[in-house]
Amino acid sequence: MATSIISLRRTGLSDWLIQRASALVLLTYFILIACQLLGSVDYISWRGLFDQTWMKIFTLLAALSLAAHAWIGLWSVTTDYLTERLLGPKGKSIRLLCQIGTSSALIGYVIWIIVIVWR
Amino acid sequence: MLQVSLYRYNPETDDAPFMQDFAVETGGRDLMVLDVLELIKAEHDGSVTYRRSCREGVCGSDGLNMNGKNGLACITPLSDTVKHGRLVIRPLPGLPVIRDLVVDMSLFYAQYEKIQPYLQNPTPAPTIERLQSPEERAQLDGLYECILCACCSTSCPSFWWNPDRFVGPAGLLQAYRFLADSRDTATEDRLSKLEDPFSVFRCHGIQNCVNVCPKGLNPTKAIGHIRTMLLNRAT
Repeated sequence: MATSIISLRRTGLSDWLIQRASALVLLTYFILIACQLLGSVDYISWRGLFDQTWMKIFTLLAALSLAAHAWIGLWSVTTDYLTERLLGPKGKSIRLLCQIGTSSALIGYVIWIIVIVWR
Repeated sequence: MLQVSLYRYNPETDDAPFMQDFAVETGGRDLMVLDVLELIKAEHDGSVTYRRSCREGVCGSDGLNMNGKNGLACITPLSDTVKHGRLVIRPLPGLPVIRDLVVDMSLFYAQYEKIQPYLQNPTPAPTIERLQSPEERAQLDGLYECILCACCSTSCPSFWWNPDRFVGPAGLLQAYRFLADSRDTATEDRLSKLEDPFSVFRCHGIQNCVNVCPKGLNPTKAIGHIRTMLLNRAT
């Protein structure tokens, strides 16, 4: 029986694939930005680049990739180090607090990027 | 004269673990680390406690941390591990210490049990044996040789942090040993039990397991094969 890789149920495999796919998107995006910065950068050309629809979509994709990549990575870090085994009974509350803080910040950053690029 | 620093802890008499120094006369010979422990026990302190059995790297009883690297004391020569005339011996890291160099392996065995390390095939058994081609048998090379000494799993940071949820390199090497076996028919069931975010995917490819395996096996490669099987199953 085959399981759907894009099902809403979260598995280790989906996390693993999302991390690799998002890393590729981010690599491509930052190479593009680096190439732009290596050339002559002024307000007009920079504004011109981000006024194009494809760049807006690419920036949104990069922001979502960054959020997904960071969430999976930081979720791993919190479940490694902020556990009941290491911190005692308070471990679960501390972990949950950090995860809520992390996810809120990431959602905030994505909304902020959308507001900047698409307004 | 070899300076040996030994991890000591007897929960019945000690409040906390401590390191005890011994000066061991090796007579200039390139002894195995187990020989040095035997000398300490015979000539210095009979209460020093460690596990040992076959003394030839087959049973996997004397897995220890020697100068910071896990290995089997019985097949680790002093020339491979001693630096500046000093040898520091500690129990395998990450597992609860029962006494001195003896650790509680329950967590390690619980993960081994989880992967169902036995052949599963509900079809009627043939009269003599289930046959394999030489090629099918060759798939098990580099997998079946594991002696479960726990050197790999206890050198793995992912296993240190999540020994209750991450199967660990030793367990995963054995998981792939049965996934790769042409006679086993429980592949789907085995894979479905490994797809959660912890069992396999806590492996971050650090490769400490490959670095320390006394049998020269490669658990990271086996874990890669399991990932590929999970990927193929899902797409």
